[in-house]
Amino acid sequence: MEIVIRIRRKTENEKHLDYEIGIMMAQNNVEIRDRQPLSNARLGILVLLGAETMLFSGLIGTFLVFRVGNVTWPPPSHIGIELPRVVTGINTALLLLSGYTMFQAWRAIQKDRVKQLRNWLLITGVLGLLFLGVQGSEWVQLIRNGLTLQSGVYGGIFYVLIGCHAVHVLSAVIWVFIVFGMAMAGRFSASRYTGVDTCTIYWIFVVALWPILYVLVYLS
Amino acid sequence: MHDNEHTEHHHEESFIRKYIFSLDHKTIGKQFLIYGLIMFFVGGGLALLFRWQLAYPDQPLPIIGASQQYLDEGEVVTGADRMWERIYDSDKEEWLEVSMPSGVITPEFYNMLFTMHATIMVFFVVVPILVGAFGNFLIPLMIGTRDMAFPILNMLSFWLAVLAAIVMAIGFFVPGGHAAAGWTGYAPLSADPQWTGVEWGQNLWAISLLIQGFSSLVGSINYITTIINMRAPGMTFFRMPLVIWSLFIVAILLLLAFPVLSSALALLIFDRLAGTTFFSATAEGGGDPLLWQHLFWFFGHPEVYILILPGMGIASELIPVFSRKPIFGYRSMVYAMIAIAFLGWIVWGHHMFQSGMRPGMGNFFMTTTMLIAVPSAIKTFNWLGTMFRGSIRFTTPMLHGIAFVSMFVIGGLSGIYMANTPVDIYIHDTYYIVAHIHYVVFGGSLFAIFGGIIFWFPKMYGRYMNDALSKIHFWLTFIAFNCTFFPMHILGVGGHLRRIANPQQYEYLQVFEGMNIFITMSAFTLGFAQLILVFNYFWSMYKGKVAEQNPWHVNTLEWEAPTPVPHGNFGQIPTVYRGPYEYSVPGEESDWIPQAQPEHAPATSGD
Ligand code: HEM
Ligand SMILES: [Cu+2]
Repeated sequence: MEIVIRIRRKTENEKHLDYEIGIMMAQNNVEIRDRQPLSNARLGILVLLGAETMLFSGLIGTFLVFRVGNVTWPPPSHIGIELPRVVTGINTALLLLSGYTMFQAWRAIQKDRVKQLRNWLLITGVLGLLFLGVQGSEWVQLIRNGLTLQSGVYGGIFYVLIGCHAVHVLSAVIWVFIVFGMAMAGRFSASRYTGVDTCTIYWIFVVALWPILYVLVYLS
Repeated sequence: MHDNEHTEHHHEESFIRKYIFSLDHKTIGKQFLIYGLIMFFVGGGLALLFRWQLAYPDQPLPIIGASQQYLDEGEVVTGADRMWERIYDSDKEEWLEVSMPSGVITPEFYNMLFTMHATIMVFFVVVPILVGAFGNFLIPLMIGTRDMAFPILNMLSFWLAVLAAIVMAIGFFVPGGHAAAGWTGYAPLSADPQWTGVEWGQNLWAISLLIQGFSSLVGSINYITTIINMRAPGMTFFRMPLVIWSLFIVAILLLLAFPVLSSALALLIFDRLAGTTFFSATAEGGGDPLLWQHLFWFFGHPEVYILILPGMGIASELIPVFSRKPIFGYRSMVYAMIAIAFLGWIVWGHHMFQSGMRPGMGNFFMTTTMLIAVPSAIKTFNWLGTMFRGSIRFTTPMLHGIAFVSMFVIGGLSGIYMANTPVDIYIHDTYYIVAHIHYVVFGGSLFAIFGGIIFWFPKMYGRYMNDALSKIHFWLTFIAFNCTFFPMHILGVGGHLRRIANPQQYEYLQVFEGMNIFITMSAFTLGFAQLILVFNYFWSMYKGKVAEQNPWHVNTLEWEAPTPVPHGNFGQIPTVYRGPYEYSVPGEESDWIPQAQPEHAPATSGD
């Protein structure tokens, strides 16, 4: 007698059993799968940063085309307008500092120090707001001095590129305050801190981008 | 369908949650498919309008155009005459009166028609269907998981695409008409309303594409994360079906390419609305129209590969299944796609040979462009190698797969001609380019889409599409497609420019009148043939022959799931033991071995 084992076509009953097991596993969040080096959330945010990098590459590329294409920069029509290098330099330091404080927040929650997390988040958010405040007052000054969006490509790309970064800082600040609120509500612990994690990655990106823009736009 | 009853029992969902704001990747995929098919008819309709104008310049359109008597003597004869009479009598400036008085297409309206035809076909038909529909439907099923990594973002991606379509649609009805600067939106035409007379149309065009960019961004984050993180146990990267590889690579391309277009669109909007001069070379401190071309094509060339790679992926599924042979050179297929995606970033200048460029740069772009032909040829030979001595089953999906390969070869070859700077100087901006585009995008991507729809329809709806209708659709499409687009090569070599409203104005183009008429008649046939497909689609959803779980005997995981696929896809997540193309393995009794079949399956002995 031969034993015939059919692997491919399961009986209705077997399929049904499989199905029951599957639903049970799904309901209990049990899933067999290969090890993931990065969580979905982390991977997702890193992928997003890829797109952000290309967005800024487009704008920085545009800046470079104008910068390299003009013999004098600012172009002759705008001579006399000085970008506030020193104040912005200090502002740059401020933003870099916020990168450090955000990193500390991230370290704190890994060690389950919720109170420290809150403090560092608050400091980070306030530093971000300060950065925006200083930049805003600079813009007001520049517009008074006659550098506007319509001042040829010099003014145009200045406001668009720096503005695009500012919008990113603003959204990052909002995000930090949301995470701060969640921290106040006690939503994080050393084993559960995805919200802090993704926000930190985003914040570091926005901070790291700034020195590049500062050197290109203000110093070159 | 025991399983199915079961699902309904476990997940009670309202109609809205289930069919409209669904989080299920399969429903979102189908939504994208229907969205794309609807837009396909909008885009096709526009094409038929301007094809009429090219064959019969300045003559009233059939059916809605006024009669000759009415035009000559003002005598109302037909129903259409009455309509026009009413339109002229009313005090309001009616839309039709401006764009096509008495049914005669004005040159301005003609510009809008071809601009919007291409914009809709590229951004609202081919990408949503290939990436949105097939990507959503296939990725979780084929890698063996329950859904996308971020289902809510997935839903967002679809509804953003709907919003983009609505904004784009509004553009048709604003004063000044819709965008008319070509789908490539070249500055200064697009940057300054004084050249085209288009005001809000062009703004809405840019805003809509920005929204579509967000939709793609969200979608690609989802695809990449899902494919990297959520593969079933045993589903290594090199066991993934090629269509998943293609979607993975395309997601990366979309992710990195679209933001560059977004930056250009943002600058364009600033130029139009905020008085900047990024793309206008005004005397004092102004910008550079060429900058637009660089930004656009830096995005645009990767974009054309976004349009073709999933098509290649689909063909790579259809051909082995219906040749009952493993794909020839699986790894080389993957590496070829990666090479194409990589080279795609450094060839954009081949669209700008005529725009003014240092000859050295021209040589660089010529060489890199020709290099792309190498991986493309590898893929083509692999498909042929797969079919070679296979036991080919000429099912309708397979016919589409073969059509894909052969049309892609023609389009790819014309591409190589155009990549040669000296040749391109002659044929740039002629109908030769139009022929090339359509051989790769219609002959390539769309045949793959049709084949894919028919192939996966049984999994989507649990029924077959009607085969007789599918066959009629295929042959009509195939013949009409070639009759429409092949002669365009000849027009192009004859110097027939693209984007001109009335070729009869030019003496040297008058010889082409007959050919233009032939093309237009073929185009109408092609358009009407697509009605068969759509009728078949919706009819078969309800009335088609019921399909079994794995009607084509395919190895990949989507066919392990019950049909119709329940919420959550699989009972137990399958484990993968082998690659996706083990067909006709020597020594095996069956000519297919599913990926989920355990490694050392005892051979079944004859019973
Ligand atoms: C072997 C591969 C290919 C080569 C060498 C190639 C080469 C070229 C060249 C040189 C041009 C510019 C011609 C001109 O404007 O003067 C062009 C235009 C174009 N190609 Fe390709 N191509 C290839 C494949 C593809 C594929 C696969 C697609 C899309 C699925 C595609 C879509 C387009 C489109 C849409 C345009 C015209 C854009 C426009 O000006 O409106 N090409 N191609
Ligand atoms: Cu190209």
